[in-house]
Amino acid sequence: MNGKTFESSMRSRYFKQRLFFGAVRLSALVITLALLGILAYILDNGFRAVTWEFITQPPTDSMTKGGIMPAIVGTLYLTVGAILVALPLGVVSAIFLTEYAKQGALTRIIRIGVNCLAGVPSVVFGLFGLGFFVVFLKFGSSILAGALTLGILILPTIIGAAEEALKAVPQTFREASLALGVSKWNTIFRIVLPSALPGILTGAILGVGRAAGETAPIMFTAAAFFTAVLPKSIFDEVMALPYHIYVLATAGTHIEETRPLQYGTVLVLIALVLGIDLIAIIMRSMFRRNKRW
Amino acid sequence: MKTRKNILTKRTEEIAIRNLFGFFAFLSVLLLGLILVFLFREGLPLFKQISVADFLFGTAWYPTYDPPEYGIWPLIVGSLVVTFFACLIAVPLGFLSAVYIAEIAPAGIKEILKSVIELLAGLPSVVLGFFGMVIVGPWLQETFDLPTGLNIANAAVMLAIMAIPTISSLSEDALYAVPREFKEASYALGATRYETIIRVVVPAALSGISTAVILGMARAIGETMVVLMVAGGAAAVPGGIFDAVRPMTASIAAEMGEAPFRSGHYHALFATGIVLFVITLAFNLIADTISNRFRETGSGTL
Repeated sequence: MNGKTFESSMRSRYFKQRLFFGAVRLSALVITLALLGILAYILDNGFRAVTWEFITQPPTDSMTKGGIMPAIVGTLYLTVGAILVALPLGVVSAIFLTEYAKQGALTRIIRIGVNCLAGVPSVVFGLFGLGFFVVFLKFGSSILAGALTLGILILPTIIGAAEEALKAVPQTFREASLALGVSKWNTIFRIVLPSALPGILTGAILGVGRAAGETAPIMFTAAAFFTAVLPKSIFDEVMALPYHIYVLATAGTHIEETRPLQYGTVLVLIALVLGIDLIAIIMRSMFRRNKRW
Repeated sequence: MKTRKNILTKRTEEIAIRNLFGFFAFLSVLLLGLILVFLFREGLPLFKQISVADFLFGTAWYPTYDPPEYGIWPLIVGSLVVTFFACLIAVPLGFLSAVYIAEIAPAGIKEILKSVIELLAGLPSVVLGFFGMVIVGPWLQETFDLPTGLNIANAAVMLAIMAIPTISSLSEDALYAVPREFKEASYALGATRYETIIRVVVPAALSGISTAVILGMARAIGETMVVLMVAGGAAAVPGGIFDAVRPMTASIAAEMGEAPFRSGHYHALFATGIVLFVITLAFNLIADTISNRFRETGSGTL
């Protein structure tokens, strides 16, 4: 091979590399800008609308003025309810999958089940909640029905996070405990679970963020168009932030007029959801750094 | 004697706990079945009125007319079309960003980008729908001089933003799983980084990347609020990317509130839910099969 063609072939190979690396960097940049653009736009427009009154007052004048307090409270109730359903179930499932289950048909079926549950569209969860909790169990459109529906929706997220946290606990911990004659259950409860707790909590927090932002599952199961009063029992309907955004942005004759309210509500929801996510992300990196093993 | 009894009760206790936990773990499977049962319970009565073929392939969706027509073909096409165009955007962006994060980016940028992807995944869909309505819609309308900015193009862009995190983070995991030796062997043969990535790393991670793309598509096809708010809502088979469509999810979400309890319309919406459930279930099972086969091969057989 003479030197010249080798050189030009190297040049073209590195040219291709530069081209590819350029495309790869560009795609990362586009994604980052998309996120920043959306956040900046919402922040810029939302800040003007968000005041103390906005957060603490109910809507007035057929939802063209006033605040969003009932929607904030409703979202909190639904989200807390969802996590109360999903966290115990998810942790127990994860313990079974990581600590007890052997490779086999049953484990395989459970895994496929969890994966498929994670892939069910949110609106189908809404239909299920309507058919099962609202109609069949006669809960009506209520906090209870909405929280249960959301709880099932975030169950796979919680299972996944808890499994990962449990797997990260070194095998030697279990062996040391078992070698001391501690039963399997006590080993899990006293040794494995406490070590995995930070990871499990991080997963739970991510689940909360997910539940707080979902709209479709609560549309037919819990969300009210408008209620001035706060719910008195778990069988009451509630307003919810995501549904409130949808209603303000699409229904009625005051869509343009209520834009500031819409921006404000979007900002509050984003602050809530991304704030929760950010806490989880920071917690996770802190635990990774301070790991004792 | 007493210790033996203790050991025995302890053992039964252990078995009881194991079985109890197994039951709760199995609950996910039961719930999946329960979802199907209740979709069928509320959806099947529709087929006393019309045939399955007329429902799936009928081109007229006029559920409130008299007599009503329950053909969901335009809705199915709507779902597929927005998903297809969303993937045209999301697959390259998601894949390339994953390559950047896994193979090229310096450590600091990598951490930042991973957080960006995670935050993007955390954006509630109603917020993206809202953004599509107030920003992308008017911009499309003005730029291309359209009657409405709420159309396939808008929905595709916003759906792509929803699908990118899924595709990117799962592809990234697949790229990480490629054994280091593969890369080292490739470098040792004199390949450039680009050649190593394209000819060695990506092919080795291909099944994981395919899984990522399929799950991204499943996410897009099942997404509700974005298409409900920005796809335009016309229940007709579209002729171009600036036409409005009404995907299945949007139809269910928009009409369930108005459909009288257990009317034909109500049953038709649940039947649409069955179709949606079956499509996404198929996507997930395919993804599961691919990723499972991948796990069974591993570095020795690649």
